[in-house]
Amino acid sequence: MQFMLLFSRQGKLRLQKWYVPLSDKEKKKITRELVQTVLARKPKMCSFLEWRDLKIVYKRYASLYFCCAIEDQDNELITLEIIHRYVELLDKYFGSVCELDIIFNFEKAYFILDEFLLGGEVQETSKKNVLKAIEQADLLQEKIE
Amino acid sequence: MVVPSLKLQDLIEEIRGAKTQAQEREVIQRECAHIRASFRDGDPLQRHRQLAKLLYVHMLGYPAHFGQMECLKLIASPRFIDKRVGYLGAMLLLDERQDAHLLITNSIKNDLSQGIQAVQGLALCTLSAMGSAEMCRDLATEVERLLLGPSPYVRKKAVLTAVHMIRKVPELSDIFLPVCAKLLHERHHGVLLGTITLITELCERSPAALEHFRKVVPQLVRIFRTLVTTGHTTEHSISGVSDPFLQVQILRLLRILGRNHEESSESMNDLLAQVATNTDTSRNSGSAVLFETVLTIMDIRSAAGLRVLAVNILGRFLLNSDKNIRYVALTSLLRLVQSDHSAVQRHRPTVVECLREPDASLSRRALELSLALVNNSNVRAMIQELQGFLEFCPLDLRADCASGILLAAERFAPTKRWHIDTILRVLTMAGAYVRDDAVANLTQLIGGAQELHAYSVRRLYSALAQDISQQPLVQVAAWCIGEYGDLLLEGSCEETEPLQVEEEEVLALLERVLQSHMSLPATRGYALTALMKLSTRLRGDNNRIRQVVSIYGSCLDVELQQRAVEYNTLFQKYDHMRAAILEKMPLVERGGPQVDEEAKESKEAAPASTDPQASKLLDLLDLLDGTSGDAQQPPPLDPSPEGTLIHLLDLPCAPPALAPIPNLKVFEREGLQLNLSFVRPPGTPALLLITVTATNASEGDVTHFVCQAAVPKSFQLQLQAPSGDTVPAQGGLPMTQLLRILNPNKAPLRLKLRLTYNHFGQSVQEIFEVNNLPVETWQ
Repeated sequence: MQFMLLFSRQGKLRLQKWYVPLSDKEKKKITRELVQTVLARKPKMCSFLEWRDLKIVYKRYASLYFCCAIEDQDNELITLEIIHRYVELLDKYFGSVCELDIIFNFEKAYFILDEFLLGGEVQETSKKNVLKAIEQADLLQEKIE
Repeated sequence: MVVPSLKLQDLIEEIRGAKTQAQEREVIQRECAHIRASFRDGDPLQRHRQLAKLLYVHMLGYPAHFGQMECLKLIASPRFIDKRVGYLGAMLLLDERQDAHLLITNSIKNDLSQGIQAVQGLALCTLSAMGSAEMCRDLATEVERLLLGPSPYVRKKAVLTAVHMIRKVPELSDIFLPVCAKLLHERHHGVLLGTITLITELCERSPAALEHFRKVVPQLVRIFRTLVTTGHTTEHSISGVSDPFLQVQILRLLRILGRNHEESSESMNDLLAQVATNTDTSRNSGSAVLFETVLTIMDIRSAAGLRVLAVNILGRFLLNSDKNIRYVALTSLLRLVQSDHSAVQRHRPTVVECLREPDASLSRRALELSLALVNNSNVRAMIQELQGFLEFCPLDLRADCASGILLAAERFAPTKRWHIDTILRVLTMAGAYVRDDAVANLTQLIGGAQELHAYSVRRLYSALAQDISQQPLVQVAAWCIGEYGDLLLEGSCEETEPLQVEEEEVLALLERVLQSHMSLPATRGYALTALMKLSTRLRGDNNRIRQVVSIYGSCLDVELQQRAVEYNTLFQKYDHMRAAILEKMPLVERGGPQVDEEAKESKEAAPASTDPQASKLLDLLDLLDGTSGDAQQPPPLDPSPEGTLIHLLDLPCAPPALAPIPNLKVFEREGLQLNLSFVRPPGTPALLLITVTATNASEGDVTHFVCQAAVPKSFQLQLQAPSGDTVPAQGGLPMTQLLRILNPNKAPLRLKLRLTYNHFGQSVQEIFEVNNLPVETWQ
């Protein structure tokens, strides 16, 4: 995976995870263009589109779009599973997650993602293990603070 | 759960409450000033809160570079909360372009060697997200050490960090390759998954590594089997499919190892067949695994039966109600259509169904695939479907669809008539979207199909009469009407409905095209030229045409003006040459040795084909002793490379300097005189060139002058185009015509001439044999 973006229906960015080195300017440009492209899609259209030399896999959950950019040889269908797994993790952690949770707790959203994916690849396939890791980190944080 | 800093929450609230962009900017600027001050001399314990605020602001698009150093400070702090936020900041604000990023290396090194899993995890995560080549080189050995550490949590992160390092610094492969064998024995799914990913990366980068890892294929097969058969633990399963992430990754590695390698491919065959048949595809997770299986089967040296199975699975995907699955099926089939054409053909009906998809990305794929599936046996049906699609498809697909249809038609057209019909239909439906060469192609095609001239011109006329807006169609129609206008007026053609067209209607239509603001300059050029050509094809007088031509002599468009002026001149000063210049065009082939012969043949044949009284020639022939000579008939446009003809056509026309044969006066009536002059070019003893010259010393013009000739059977006769059909009165410019006669047997020459013309308001016909032909003409 090259990057993952989360954005609202109004095009406001809620999370950006980049797994390739790009300048700030380039990131902004890509984000702007991609957000526009995805928001222009009609609701019944399929979840895949070609954009530049990448494949884009996106899915809308309530008011948030989850958008991943994968390479030519990557499997689109499994990417949908990746997105879904991430949403499940957020849901379990926040208890019925909604966009506001992600806005007000964006650092947590990142921490959870970083326990699921690493360097653009899946690191942990057990939901239980990911949530356990976060729990332990949270405890560690509290302990010292 | 940690209660987030109130300040951060408040900030977010305030920002969201801002009614305008300006207000938001104000709030943020104010807060950033605070943050900056706090960084400078605020409480270090609060630093992480300040950074968090800054990171939020950064996500909204505001500059946050002044926080970079703070990230470093936080990472260096012993407190976990500091490290957590600091590393997050590093991943968001620092990248390898920043100078500051190298300063992290030391902190990371320290954190990696600490015993605390969570801290090591943070360090590894950051390293894999933004580690530059330099950082990777510096920290490779640390990461290698962690690969064999006690904690699977750290091992799984270390392995993926190694993947990143190899991507950045391929030489580091040497460090990480040896440990893979051991890691393959891992039971922990996360570590195993990371290991498979690592091996995949190594193999993709180095053929030596690829060789090396081929021997683990059996082990991978075993791992896969164990994964699938040892029950579906809910921990790693998705919808009843055991750890689809891991399955997909193993399948992908198998693909790379089996590619171009018989032995490895063979050892995977069974497994792939099993997975292909047993995977439950009621949910996306199963479909994802099956999809990866198909990709692997198609890419390795798999058994033929397995390949067919794979294509059939894709065919089944095409019928799936989930459009995502239909999409990947179409994409994959497109990749396979070249290598496994017949297997994909079997699913043609389903593919054609997908043309009706409302989703544009699906219908686009379906279009590409459909075009690739057109072949000789299905061309009629397929083109019909595609034309149906063309009518209703989204605009951005029109051009591709139109070109696709035209290309397919060109490759597989069963008959010329079908081909012409198809192009016609495409031009009518989507004329604005076809490529530029479509016009040239169609005129080329029609020109070459002589038997279809009447048919083509009628259909084009009807189409044009209905709609003069589609430029390519208008251009072709105008060209056709100009070339074959006589056929249009002639009467009926069995292949189309009877069409009664008056000359005036045709002229009016062309004039409409000329005047329409929808017509491009090129189109108007076509129309003007067509009008001009009609001046020789139609029987009525040319006043209307002359008028139009002279009007356009002052047209603002330079190209059009030039044409009009030239045509005007043709009407006036060079009227006698008009017929010759405007005769039917020779077929312009795209290449090939037959080209020139055909071109010349058709050119010479032209005047004969406009002759409506060919039947009368037979009378002429009968008079030549029953040995009916070769009357001057238009040779077929198809190449007929008979030796003599080629010989004839190869010969130069210019009369060389030899003992001249005396001229012969053969006819005289009321001031009109016909003379023959003879030339026998040296080097070609069988050839005789006769120039017929008609002069008019009388008071009245001779018009509609046509001269025909006949020779005995053993001779070959070619009539070239006359210089005109009018011999002006009072010694005006004579009309000339060249006859080429081939006499290979050196038989005595006999020549019969038939003249028809109008003189003094009367139409005259004369038939006579030429007497007193000099012996030198044939000996």
